[in-house]
Amino acid sequence: MKLIYEKSQPGRRASAIPRHEGLPAPDVPEQLRRARPPRLPEVPEFELVRHFTELSTRNFGIDTGFYPLGSCTMKYNPRVNERLAGLPGFAQLHPLQEDEGAQGALELEWRLQEILAEVTGLDAVSLQPAAGSQGELTGLMLVRAHFEHAGESAQRRKVVIPDTAHGTNPASVTMSGYELTHVKTDPRGNVDVDDLRGKVDEHTAALMLTNPSTLGLFDENIEEIERIFHGAGALMYYDGANLNAVCGISRPGDMGFDIVHINLHKTFSQPHGGGGPGGGPIAVRKLLEPFLPVPAVICRGDGGFGLDFDRPRSIGKVRGFTGPFGVFVRSYAYIRMYGPRLREMSEAAVLNANYVLARVKDAYDLPFDRLCMHEFVLSARRLKRSHGTSALDVAKRLMDYGFHPPTIYFPLIVAEALMIEPTETETKETLDAFCEALLAIAREAAESPELLKEAPHGRPVGRLDEVRAARQPLVKYGFEEHPELEAERRPLAAEAPKGV
Amino acid sequence: MTHPFLALTDRDREEMLRTIGVTTVDELFRDIPAAMRLGRPLDLEPALSEQELSAHLAELAARNVDTTRELSFLGAGIYDHYVPAVVDTVLQRGEFLTAYTPYQPEMSQGVLQSIFEYQTAICELTGMDVSNASGYDGTTVSADACYIAKHATGKRTIVVTEATNPQVRQVVKTYAPGFGLEVVEVPHHAGTTDLDELRRAAEGAAAVIFQQPNFFGCLEPAPELAAAANEAEALAIAHVDPLSLGVLEAPGHYGCAIALGEGQGAGNVPSYGGPHYGFLAARQEFIRRMPGRIVGETVDAAGERGYVLTLQTREQHIRREKATSNITTNQTLLALGGLVYLTWLGPQGLRDVGETCLSLSAYAKRQLQERAGLELVFPERTTFKEFAMRVGRNARDVIRAARARGVHPGYALGRDYEGLDDVLLVAVTEKRTPAEIDRLADVLAEVAQ
Repeated sequence: MKLIYEKSQPGRRASAIPRHEGLPAPDVPEQLRRARPPRLPEVPEFELVRHFTELSTRNFGIDTGFYPLGSCTMKYNPRVNERLAGLPGFAQLHPLQEDEGAQGALELEWRLQEILAEVTGLDAVSLQPAAGSQGELTGLMLVRAHFEHAGESAQRRKVVIPDTAHGTNPASVTMSGYELTHVKTDPRGNVDVDDLRGKVDEHTAALMLTNPSTLGLFDENIEEIERIFHGAGALMYYDGANLNAVCGISRPGDMGFDIVHINLHKTFSQPHGGGGPGGGPIAVRKLLEPFLPVPAVICRGDGGFGLDFDRPRSIGKVRGFTGPFGVFVRSYAYIRMYGPRLREMSEAAVLNANYVLARVKDAYDLPFDRLCMHEFVLSARRLKRSHGTSALDVAKRLMDYGFHPPTIYFPLIVAEALMIEPTETETKETLDAFCEALLAIAREAAESPELLKEAPHGRPVGRLDEVRAARQPLVKYGFEEHPELEAERRPLAAEAPKGV
Repeated sequence: MTHPFLALTDRDREEMLRTIGVTTVDELFRDIPAAMRLGRPLDLEPALSEQELSAHLAELAARNVDTTRELSFLGAGIYDHYVPAVVDTVLQRGEFLTAYTPYQPEMSQGVLQSIFEYQTAICELTGMDVSNASGYDGTTVSADACYIAKHATGKRTIVVTEATNPQVRQVVKTYAPGFGLEVVEVPHHAGTTDLDELRRAAEGAAAVIFQQPNFFGCLEPAPELAAAANEAEALAIAHVDPLSLGVLEAPGHYGCAIALGEGQGAGNVPSYGGPHYGFLAARQEFIRRMPGRIVGETVDAAGERGYVLTLQTREQHIRREKATSNITTNQTLLALGGLVYLTWLGPQGLRDVGETCLSLSAYAKRQLQERAGLELVFPERTTFKEFAMRVGRNARDVIRAARARGVHPGYALGRDYEGLDDVLLVAVTEKRTPAEIDRLADVLAEVAQ
C-alpha cells in the first residue's frame, strides 16, 4: 500500500484556513523565517479519509476480534466512554481554566482518586503519571523522597526486582538512580524467599513486585515477603499491570504494599489506541502523601474542588497539568458502570483464564502447574524440540484462525513462552474457538509444521525482515531518494519479547 | 442480572468450573491468604446504567466553562486551535482505537505505517533525521532529551532558559536527580534569553534547552542560542510549537541536535491537559539513544513492503535496566491525530495557520494598546501567536473580572514569574476573529486599569 506521501501532488489540499482582510501583514524577521516548506502530504480531503480508512483495515483491535495479549488486559472499550470524553465541557476545557470554571472536571478527578484509593486499599492518590512506567518512576521518586526525609537516602540504594518482572521495572530503577538487586523465582512460581532473605537489608530501599506475577500466579509467600521488607525498613511497590485479577477480592494495600500504580488502559478500559494513550495513577500510604506530585486535586472545606500547589515536600511535577484527563473520564465512566460489581469483572477474568488453561494445557507445557489468576504462561518448548516449531510460529499461525496472538517470549524465565490473558470480556464460544485453534495448531505442528512456519497466510504482509530493519534503519520516507527494498534470504524475525 | 460488559451465563460458569475441576469461582482464588482478602463489597456507589451514567457525566461537564462557552485567549502551552472533523473520523475507527502496541506486525500494518508517516511528518516539520513514535507530552519529552544528552556527552548539567514553559522546567527538575543531572536556569532580558548568560552557563553543560517561540510568546534569536550551545559542545535542544513551523525556521536547519515539543495544538483537543502527544526528533547520530518506539520500513520474504517496531534493543522489554528509557505505552492515537491534522493542512495550510495567527495576534496587540490603553511588556520583541500585556493591576483579578463578562483574557504570568503580577499572557489562534479581539479589548478596557 502506498504511503500518504506517495499519493501527494503539489497544489492539492484538504484544508481552508480563515484569512481576514485589513489586518497587519504577517511579519517574521528574515533570519527566523522558514526557508523551505516542510514536505507534508498534499491531498484532497476524501483521499485523506480513504487512506486512513484503508490503513485501519490493515489493523486489528479488540473491536475486530479476540486479543489475548498477556499482561495487556485487552478488554472491551465501551463506546459510551468515547461519547462522554468528547462532551465539550470536557474535551474543550482548557487545563489552565480557573478552578471556579472547572468544578466538574475537578470533581471527576477527585472522585476517581477516591475510587482508586478504595480499590487499592491505600490512602492517597495522584492521577498525574501518564502511563504505568511513569507511575513506576514516580513511585521510585517517592521512595527516594521518603528516605531523604528520614535521613536514610545515602544508605538505601537498592531496589529488589524478581526475574519475572516487566522490563519497565528495571528500566525505571536505573532512571531513578537506584541500583538493582535481582531475586529468583522458586519452583512453584513464587518469589524465592530464601534467595530474598540474603538480599534485603538496611541498604534496601524498596521491592517492586507484580502480584499476581507475570506468570499469572498469586505469590503464595506474600505475607513472608511483607515481613522481610517492612522488617528491614524498606518500602513495597506494587506494579498494577495485573490488577484486573483482584478488584474487590484482594487489595494491594491489604497485601502490605505502600505504593501502587494502576494502568487505566488495562484494568479500567481506556482504549490503548495502537500504543497509547494510557494512564498510570499512583496510590500511596499516608506517610508518602506529602511527597506526591503537584498539583493535588482536593475537596475544599466549602464542598468545592480545587488544585493545591502548596506542597513543600512534593517531588515536583512528572507531567503537565493534572494528567491525561480524557483518560480519567473514560476510566471513571467505566468504573461507575460496575461499582462494587468490579468483583464480578475480576472473577470472570480469572474464570476465563483458568478455563482456557484447563482446556489447552495438555497440548503444551505448563511450567508451573497451578490454578492461574487472570492470565497464564504456557511453553511451546516441547513443540520446538519435537517438531522445530517455535512459540513465534504458534503465534503467527493463530492469526490464520482469526485471533491476535498472545504475548510471546515473556516472561524471560520461561522458554518459548506464550502468555495468554483472555480478560472477562469474551463469551464461552469465543474462548472455545480459541482453545480449538490452539489444540489444532499443536496437532499441525506434528503433522504439517510448515503450516506454522509459513504462517501467517492471508495477512497484508508475511513475516517481515526485522533484522534488516534494525541493521539499516529506514525510519522516514525519503521522497525522491526513497530506496526500494528487496527481499534477502535470511531468518526473518528475532526471538524477543512481543507484548506487555 | 448479567452485566452489559460480561458474557457468561450461569450455565457457562457451571460448565467451565467443571472443566477446570473446581466447584466454585471462590476456589480459583485459594492462593490468596485469608488475611489479605477484602471480605466485603468494595465501598463504591452502585453500578449505573449507560443512560444514568450519561446523565451524571453531562451534569459534571456542564459545571465546566469550556472554550465553547467562554471567549478564550488562554494558551500558555495548550491552545485552542481548530481540529477538523477528519481527525475524529480516523481516531474513532475501532481498528486504531482498540489496538494495543503493534508487537505483531502482520496484525498491525495500519498503525505501523501511520507511525512511519507520522515520523516522516515530524522530521519534515523539525528538519531532523529521526523521530520516535511519540512521548507523553511536551514536558516529559524534554526530560527524555536530558537523558539522551547525559549519555551522549557524559556531562552532568542541563541548562534551561527561564523563558521556557515553567511546567517543562518543573518536570525536567523532577527527573534530573534520578538521572544524576543538575539543572541551571538562564534568565531572560526583556523577554528573550540573555545570550551572554547563556554562553557562560553552557560551558561544560550536557545540553541547552530553549523554547521557540518562548513562553512569553517572543521569538528567541534561536540560531544564536543554538550556536552558543554548539560552541560549548552542549546539545542544542529546541522546544518548538509545531504550528509555528510553517513560518518559522526548523530547528534542524539552524544547528539543533534535538527538536521536541507539545503536539496538542496540532490535532488534539485541550481536554483539560491530556491525553496529548509530545514529539521528539533528533539528528541521525542519536538514533540509538532515542527513547520509546520507532517504526522502520522493511520487506517480507516475498519482497512486499511492510513496517515493524525497530531498534528494539534500545528498549526496556529487551534491554531492561540498560534501556534508553522505561517508556512503553506512548501516545500513538494522539500522534495519529497529529498526522491526520498535518495531512489535512498540507504545507500551504500549515503556513496559512501560522500567518493567520501572526496577523490576528498583531491586530490584537494593536487593539489592546489603542482600544484598551494597555502596554506591551516586551514592545521591542517579535511574537508569534502569544504576547504579554501589562494590565495595570493583579492579572488574576483582571481574569476574574473579565470572566464575569464572558471573556477569558489569558494567563496570569505572575503565577510563574516574580515581578509580573500585573501581566497577562494573551494567546490568539486562528480560531479567533477580529470581532472577538475587539470584544476582548473592550472588556479589558473596562476591567484593567
